[in-house]
Amino acid sequence: MRRRCGHQPAGPARIKRKNVAQYGYNDDSVVVIVGSGAGGGTLANELCQKGLKVVLLEAGAAQSPATFRNDEWFAFNQLAWLDKRTTSGSWRVARDFPNLPAWTCKTLGGTTVHWAGASLRFQEHEFKARTVYSNVLGANLLDWPVTLEELHPYYAKAEDKLGVTRTNDIPGLPGNNNFKVMYNGATRAGYKTVHTGRMAINSRARDDRSACWQLGFCFQGCKSGAKWSTLYAEIPKAQETGRLDLRTQSQVLQVQHDKNAKVNSVLYADKDGKQIRQRARVVCLACNSIETARLLLNSHSSAFPQGLANSSGEVGKNYMRHTTGSVFGIFKRSVHMYRGTVMAGIIQDEAGLNTKRGFTGGFEMETISLGLPFAAAFLSPGAWGRDYARLLEQYNKMAGLWIVGEDMPQSRNAVTLHPTELDQFGLPIPNVHYDDHANDLAMRKYAYHRGAAVYDAVGAVETVEVPPYPSTHNMGTCRMSANARDGVCNKWGQTHDIKNLFISDGSQFTTSGAENPTLTIVTLAIRQAEYIASESSRHNI
Amino acid sequence: MAVTKVKKLKRREFLQKGALVVAGAAAFASGVTVVVGAEEWTAGLKTLNTHQGQTLLAMSRQMFPHPQLDDSYYIKVVQDLDTDAGTKTETAKLLHEGVARLDGVKRAKFVTLPPTAQIAVLKEIDRTDFFTKVRNSELVSLYNNHDVWKKLGYPGASYSIGGYLHHGFNDLNWLPDPPESASPKPA
Repeated sequence: MRRRCGHQPAGPARIKRKNVAQYGYNDDSVVVIVGSGAGGGTLANELCQKGLKVVLLEAGAAQSPATFRNDEWFAFNQLAWLDKRTTSGSWRVARDFPNLPAWTCKTLGGTTVHWAGASLRFQEHEFKARTVYSNVLGANLLDWPVTLEELHPYYAKAEDKLGVTRTNDIPGLPGNNNFKVMYNGATRAGYKTVHTGRMAINSRARDDRSACWQLGFCFQGCKSGAKWSTLYAEIPKAQETGRLDLRTQSQVLQVQHDKNAKVNSVLYADKDGKQIRQRARVVCLACNSIETARLLLNSHSSAFPQGLANSSGEVGKNYMRHTTGSVFGIFKRSVHMYRGTVMAGIIQDEAGLNTKRGFTGGFEMETISLGLPFAAAFLSPGAWGRDYARLLEQYNKMAGLWIVGEDMPQSRNAVTLHPTELDQFGLPIPNVHYDDHANDLAMRKYAYHRGAAVYDAVGAVETVEVPPYPSTHNMGTCRMSANARDGVCNKWGQTHDIKNLFISDGSQFTTSGAENPTLTIVTLAIRQAEYIASESSRHNI
Repeated sequence: MAVTKVKKLKRREFLQKGALVVAGAAAFASGVTVVVGAEEWTAGLKTLNTHQGQTLLAMSRQMFPHPQLDDSYYIKVVQDLDTDAGTKTETAKLLHEGVARLDGVKRAKFVTLPPTAQIAVLKEIDRTDFFTKVRNSELVSLYNNHDVWKKLGYPGASYSIGGYLHHGFNDLNWLPDPPESASPKPA
């Protein structure tokens, strides 16, 4: 009964095996990249294209569009990072999901396997949060050491690489039922900028990937291959150069350094738990914000007792996760929100700078849908009884939107090492502490009301405010700063303390902006690759 | 910008409302079709005894009560808990102690209580590890059951039909179609 539409799913199957590189453990001329997601996977391809030798270490195993399943719980167990973590702080996630602060991935391709595809550039003022927002009490705001103007050419490259709709003459995606409800509600509520978004999902076949089949399982790994992922876009291209040595099920435990305060190797555990030391010329960390910070902290030595690259004391701090929440509207008639792309459309009117709303920063509203199993798990964590069962019986009549807003960096919101609990390798597990800032709370409250207004405008029978899910956007734990005392890395992602150690993921973010982070992570990786290639050729690193 | 219909599903409110609603739902709770005899299904349990099985069945029904679902769906919840208890002593201990606690809150066994009293007992223990264990387990056993999907109108996987591109992804007709500038036609 399997019906094929258009292109076969693209996947690692197309890799020409003879081109696969194998470097020796003692080869100290390689760049070691830890993590294969938006940052690491992109950086690996960019460096390979420029002629550098790359060892890419990924903690998870390799899946493919053929092994993905349209099944929420199966896919969660197949793809998610499930190693134990703990939580603390006032955020509701700590109560609802005490051991699951973040919903990220442990699989080849990282979180680009389960991301929804929203690809928005940051706004100019968001790179100057400290200057523009001024002194927000309790916030540890800082301006980025880069500007939007500097990043525009790299954003353009990233949009072309990802095939972002509504850029490069690529048409937008067709809106699904969930978007129809959003569009009509939003325009009746007075919003103007409402469309099917800028998405890294093919609206027509492009770059060996098919057009979107509207499967409705973006979070579970795209079986049509229409959604950009490093798994089948960047990594096979890097392998075709013959310069990529990809090692999956290889979890890095420690980054090691020499007497001259340069990193020279990483220690990792392979799939059998055997510990291997891989020497390196340059090490780039792209393990998502929790694990990147944890790896630096766990790499402490007598020379760096507070962890690597942590002379500022900022490693792990200023953890950001976006001010989020969802609003679901329930209608008299059917919606079938699960049909088609999960993020099928966006309302952008609230994203700009406008302090008259009682908070600083802005937020996007993007459609979201959940299958029935995850709707049951996430619509009201902890709820039970007939009222909740009755809500779930309205499943087919729901439309949903997700709030993505800028959250304030705070020093105490931090990834730290657990004082007693150890993982399977004997290393301290991470604790993630997050207190909502007053600004975050004010924004969320306002955004809930605006989201409800959208659905009320098209006759919602009721609206449901859904608390934040485990964090999918994790940022800021190794932030960029102009001054070494304020952050962990410079404008290139190069750590202030160790010049051949780079941060290559969302940990670099100085502030969170209101935009989904992947496009900016890819943009920074493209730019960082140029810098690493240039500095390498000049023997500066 | 007055928003009048916002209904917050805050837990406490939720429970208060839940209690009121379920009082009226006793009718369906007692009218449920039992598909197999109690002895028959509990005989298959490995770790739980008949009384524990029946108590957890009653609890599972009150947790997420759907009038359109007969006992067979909730029996599966108990069977999954039983399987879990068979491999994890921690689960077995939680369930054994939890059932005893359910029976101890009032002066009668939990299974013999009317639905309103069962709800009241569950409200008293809804912050315990036992309650959380049963709830979290039931969330998966019940709402990941493909037969339940059919009853609640969720079709599950769409890959086998080639996705919804030609199967109604944009068939909603009770609102106007957005303009093509906002929502282009499919390629």
